[in-house]
Amino acid sequence: MAITLTETAASRVEKFLANRGKGVGLRLGVKTTGCSGMAYTLEFVDDMQPEDVAFESHGVKVIVDPKSLVYIDGTELDFTKEGLNEGFKFNNPNVKDECGCGESFTV
Amino acid sequence: MALLQISEPGMSAAPHQHRLAVGIDLGTTNSLIATVRSGMSTVLQDDFGHALLPSVVRYMPNGDIVVGHEAQAHQSEDPINTITSVKRFMGRSLNDIANKAHIPYRFFEGTDSTTTRSLQLQTRAGLKTPVEISAEILKSLKARAEKSLGGELVGAVITVPAYFDDAQRQATKDAARLAGLNVLRLLNEPTAAAVAYGLDNAAEGTFVIYDLGGGTFDVSILRLSKGVFEVLATNGDAALGGDDFDHRIYCWVLDKVRENNANFSPLTEEDTRLLLTKARQAKEWLTDNFEAQIVCKLSNGTLVDVTLTASQLIEVTEHLVSKTLSPTRKAMRDAKLSIEDINGVVLVGGATRMPHIRHAVQEYFQQEPLTNLDPDKVVALGAAIQANILAGNKSDDDLLLLDVTPLSLGLETMGGLVEKVIHRNSTLPIARAQEFTTYKDGQTAMSVHVVQGERELVSDCRSLARFELRGIPPMAAGAARIRVTFTVDADGLLSVSAREQSTGIEAHIAVKPSYGLTEDEITSMLKASFNSAEEDKKARMLAEARVNAGAIISSVTAALAIDSKLISPAEVEAIELEINKLQQLTAANDATAINQAVDTLNHATEAFAAARMNASVSRALAGKSLENLDL
Repeated sequence: MAITLTETAASRVEKFLANRGKGVGLRLGVKTTGCSGMAYTLEFVDDMQPEDVAFESHGVKVIVDPKSLVYIDGTELDFTKEGLNEGFKFNNPNVKDECGCGESFTV
Repeated sequence: MALLQISEPGMSAAPHQHRLAVGIDLGTTNSLIATVRSGMSTVLQDDFGHALLPSVVRYMPNGDIVVGHEAQAHQSEDPINTITSVKRFMGRSLNDIANKAHIPYRFFEGTDSTTTRSLQLQTRAGLKTPVEISAEILKSLKARAEKSLGGELVGAVITVPAYFDDAQRQATKDAARLAGLNVLRLLNEPTAAAVAYGLDNAAEGTFVIYDLGGGTFDVSILRLSKGVFEVLATNGDAALGGDDFDHRIYCWVLDKVRENNANFSPLTEEDTRLLLTKARQAKEWLTDNFEAQIVCKLSNGTLVDVTLTASQLIEVTEHLVSKTLSPTRKAMRDAKLSIEDINGVVLVGGATRMPHIRHAVQEYFQQEPLTNLDPDKVVALGAAIQANILAGNKSDDDLLLLDVTPLSLGLETMGGLVEKVIHRNSTLPIARAQEFTTYKDGQTAMSVHVVQGERELVSDCRSLARFELRGIPPMAAGAARIRVTFTVDADGLLSVSAREQSTGIEAHIAVKPSYGLTEDEITSMLKASFNSAEEDKKARMLAEARVNAGAIISSVTAALAIDSKLISPAEVEAIELEINKLQQLTAANDATAINQAVDTLNHATEAFAAARMNASVSRALAGKSLENLDL
C-alpha cells in the first residue's frame, strides 16, 4: 500500500513548498485527539526522522511516521474547493466512522 | 469533510481548534482581507471573485446596510446615505475636517466634546459615528473570511497609516471590536508591505514604501533593526491618488471631443461617470500596451472615439507624478538619509502599476523597486502574515513584534516623583534599564513602585506594582548602584527587576500594564497629562526641592552627630538654626524659598565641611611615613 496525492494536491503542495522557501516534503499523520478518536495532521517537513516512511507521488515527497501509517495506509490526499473555502482532503479507506465535520475519525 | 491546510512542522492544530487569523487592509478607497493558508498568504475573494471591497457603506431606505460595490453604485444618486472614505473621519473631531463644504455628509458634533468619538454623520438610519461606519466594512470582510475559512476567526491584524495618531488608532480598534473582531494588533501599513516582501527576514536595512492609493499618497521610510521596524519619516498628500490620473485622462478626452464639436453640450452625471470609467480602463490598459482606444456614446448622441497613447498619458499626468516626488524628498530629508542609504523600495497601491510611475521611482532612488506582489494586495498580505504569527501558527522564533506602549512606564523616586523608564509609544518588545541609588546613609532596602502614566507626580499616575529590594550593603547615601530594568514583552506584559550592582542581589516582579486600563482610561490619562503640564512641572520642582532639602538636612545632621567638636558651639548653633529654617520651609509649598534655604545651609556649613575634610586627611596620614603613602 502507499500514500498518494491527486495531481491537483501535488501541484498545490509544490506551490506551497516553493512559497515557503524550505522543506523537503509533506508529512501526513494522525494524532489521538478530537471528538471521534483520531485526527489528521498535515505539516511541512524540514527534518525527516530515521523511522519515517517516505513515498513519492507526482514528484512530491510524502512522509509518514510508521505509527500513523497503519491508520492511513492507502489514503489519497486531494485538494478541493468547497464554495469559497479550499483545502486538502483525506480519502482514507481505513475509516469506519467520522465525526460530523470529518476532522476526526475512528478505524 | 473539513478541508485541511498544511501546518508548520509540529504546529498542527487539534480538530476544531484551527487558529484562523486574518490581516485586514482597511483602506480609504478599498479594503481587503487576507489569510495564510498552507504557509502562503492569500487575499480572500467574495462570491463574485472580487478581492477589493470598496470602502463604501450605504444605509438603505428599508433599514438594510449594504457595503462595497453595491453601495458604490448608488453613490451619486444617494450621496448623503452613502458614506465613502470614512477613514478620513476616524478619530477626528469636527474641527479636524477640512473642506467640509465639499463633503456631502451632514456632520454633527456630539454634546460630549471631550471625547474624540463625538463626530457623527446624519444618515437616514440616524446618527452614525465613523467608528460604526467602519465597523460595517469590517463586518462585511469578516463574513467573507468566515465563509471562506469555514470557521470563527481568532483574531485580526488591521493596518493603519503610519501617521495615525492615538485617537485614530483607537477608533480603528473600536470599529474592529464593534464588528466582533479580536484585534491581535494594529500594524502600520508600510510595515505590512515590508513584511509581505519578507524584508523583515533581513537583519537590518532601510526601506522606502511608496504608496499611491486611489485617493491618497503616502511615503514612509522604515528602518529595520533586530526584527523591529521603526518609522523614520512619513510624508504624503492626502488629496492625490490614482483617481486624479483618471480625472486627467477624462479632461484630455473632453478636450479632444470639444475640438471636434464646437457646440458641445454639458455632460450629464451619467456621462461623467461613463467617461471616468473609460478613462480608468484606458489607464489600466496602457500598463501593458502602447495605446488605448476610448470609445463610447454619450447621452446626447455624441460618439467619442479617441486613442490615447502611452506617451500622451505620460504627458498629461507628468505633473501628478512629480507631485509624489516632493513629499518623497521631504521624507528623505526628515529621515536625514541620502539615496545610497536605501536598501529597498516597495510599491504599494494600484496606481503604482503605471510604468511611468515605476520609472520615476526607479530614477529617483537609483534602484529597481520591488513590484512582484500585487500592489493592491501587498498591505493585506503582510497583515495576514503577521496575524498568522500572532495567532500562534508559527514557531516563536519567527515572531515579529511591532506594538507600542500606550503610556509611559516608570517608577517612583523620592518625593513622589515619577522617573519614566520606558516612554510612551516605544516599540515592543522593549527593555530599558536605569541606575538608581540610595537616599540615606546605610540604607539596606529599596522600595520599587512601578507606575504608568504621563504625569510628573506618582499620585496622578496609575500604580501598577510595588516590590522591595532587600539586602543592599550599608553604604553612604548615593554610593549604592541599583540597576532597575523594565522589560515589556510582545503581549504588553511588564516585568521589572532591580539589581544591586556590587553584590548582585536581585528582586523582580511581573505586571500586566496596558490591559489593566480600559482604552477610555488611557485616553483620559493622556489628555490630563497635556492639560496639566504646567501644574505638573511646578509640582515636580517643589518635590525635587524637598528631596534635595531632606538629603542635605540628613547628611548635615549625621555629620554634626559625629564631628560637631571640630567647630565652635556657636558655629554648631548657627548651622542648626539654618537646618530648622529649612525644615520649616519644606513643609510649605514654595520651591524657590526651599532652594534658597538649601543654598544658605550649604554656605553655612562650608567651614564645617572644610574642618571635617582636614580632620579626615590628618587621620589618614597619621603615623605613616612618606614612602608608605599611595600618592
